[in-house]
Amino acid sequence: MNALLALPVGLPVAGAALALLCRRSRPAQRAISTGVLVAVTGVALVLLREVEASGPVAGQIGGLAAPLGITLVADLFSALMLVFASVTVLTVLVYAVGQRGTDVHRGVFHPVYLLLTAGVCLAVLTGDLFNLFVAVEVMLAASYVLITLGATREQVRSGMTYVVVNLLASTLLLVAIGLVYAATGTVNLADLSVKLGDVPGGLRLALALLFFVVLGVKAAIFPLFFWLPDAYPTAPTPVTAVFAGLLTKVGVYLVIRVETLLFRPAFPGPSTLILAVAAITMLVGVLGAIAQNDIKRILSFHIVSQIGYMVFGLGLFSLAGIAGAVFFVLNQIVVKTSLFLVCGLVEHATGTGSLARVSGLARRSPLLAALFLLPALSLAGVPPLGGFVPKLALVEAGFALDRWAVAAAGLLAGLLTLFSMTKIWTGAFWGNPEPAAAGERLQLPGIMVGATAVLVAATLAVGVAARPLYDLSERAAAELLRPDGYVVEVLGR
Amino acid sequence: MSLALAVAAGILVSGGLYLVLQRTLTRVVLGFGLLSHGANLVLLAAGGRAGAVPLVDGRRGMADPLVQAMILTAIVITFGITAFLLALAYRSWQLTRDDQVEDDREDRRIARLATRRGRR
Repeated sequence: MNALLALPVGLPVAGAALALLCRRSRPAQRAISTGVLVAVTGVALVLLREVEASGPVAGQIGGLAAPLGITLVADLFSALMLVFASVTVLTVLVYAVGQRGTDVHRGVFHPVYLLLTAGVCLAVLTGDLFNLFVAVEVMLAASYVLITLGATREQVRSGMTYVVVNLLASTLLLVAIGLVYAATGTVNLADLSVKLGDVPGGLRLALALLFFVVLGVKAAIFPLFFWLPDAYPTAPTPVTAVFAGLLTKVGVYLVIRVETLLFRPAFPGPSTLILAVAAITMLVGVLGAIAQNDIKRILSFHIVSQIGYMVFGLGLFSLAGIAGAVFFVLNQIVVKTSLFLVCGLVEHATGTGSLARVSGLARRSPLLAALFLLPALSLAGVPPLGGFVPKLALVEAGFALDRWAVAAAGLLAGLLTLFSMTKIWTGAFWGNPEPAAAGERLQLPGIMVGATAVLVAATLAVGVAARPLYDLSERAAAELLRPDGYVVEVLGR
Repeated sequence: MSLALAVAAGILVSGGLYLVLQRTLTRVVLGFGLLSHGANLVLLAAGGRAGAVPLVDGRRGMADPLVQAMILTAIVITFGITAFLLALAYRSWQLTRDDQVEDDREDRRIARLATRRGRR
């Protein structure tokens, strides 16, 4: 079992080293990254089957027993995250290879991209609080390089904000881990889940909120989201797509993992504070999006808004709420990434993503319009697409616990999301093409369109397979709320 | 926990935070140095009382080796990231001949729009 858990982290790291060695040969680098990511996807699927059949699996790297060794654990939530993340990373890699100019920067793109994957996989699989810090740092260090890949003026400016904000959050995370260690004398998540039960209630709540704030910066929760819409739009499109789809979702994953596994006793019922933060995040994000005029910026603000829904599910601390949040995270990974990939296609074909300068794209490329419309409607939560089910589940869970205000905020934010998607649709896709370009068909590279189409198909598949996926999310939520199986598997007692 | 460690960590963190909030990039980089030292001291303090050299003979009363391992890892990570931050600051200076964080142009545009509407 050890090997299966270590492979999603080990393979990309080894691949990164190998890709760095053959930095002069682009075909070799592409073969290495594609091969590694296909393998990781395969391992993730096997792991999901294993976990689905027989509950959480744990492995000790280095052979030391649990509270001391380096623990890797996969439960249903992390296995699901791993599958969705690896599929997304693989598709975006194919897209990046198809886009001329993305992976040429002195052979740096492929190794760093693989390291990013390793960081994401480790963050999802780790069973150790300090290892979690290391995973987040690996992921972020790779993202710092990717976001400033071109070293242009815009990228350096926004990259600086991104790096500084995230470094500050990382330092605070380190302090938070130190405080937890001082209170309990362990950093193993399963061990902490037991020992934090004996810590005085006030201290436990303080630690829980400290982690909520620190990981909230990574997840872009209000009021800590301001760095995101500033930094993401300037990076190359494949990079923005994978950041939008994965990095903030990993942040949300960590928030959910820490607050349920470690600090479950600190939240006996729905937390009004977390729910209020969720409602504001949903509304502020979507209102910010409405003010924007550039497709990438609109979508970046939507990332923030959608994070609010996931936090809403967590804040309810009920089975239905967390199941909705888990499903929401998974759906968002594919939907957000495919929207950014389509936006990249628009920029690639027309040279700009500004709504003032693009119009009539539906006439010039009906396929592109369809590729945008499906995930856009899914994002807004229009049935029968994938985005509808988790949103419905969340709102129902909110009503079930009489949290009317936050559920209403969710519905309002959904309506405004539809409005702002319509804004992109009418601005860029409807209407007549500019006279200069009228009648001319768009030139789109086949590989990029193919990769985008695969991901859009995945968003449709989420809608079609909503029932089994919701059942899985519900089981994952049940494991999160009653982590006995997880603790026994890790500690062996 | 020793008072000296707590006070030192507090001074380092407050100094670091002050520097990080400046607009000048070199100060931001220096601020991070201080801030991460402060965090490392907190970790050290989390290990409890000072003791003998760890793991030499396994007697009672030795210092906690785990926090030292964690601090070492944190130092390595901070070192790498600080190097990257310096490179980024240098690149920024190359491009703008200035050591300040720039404004976001798109953001300014929308802020201008908002003030104009407000006045009307």
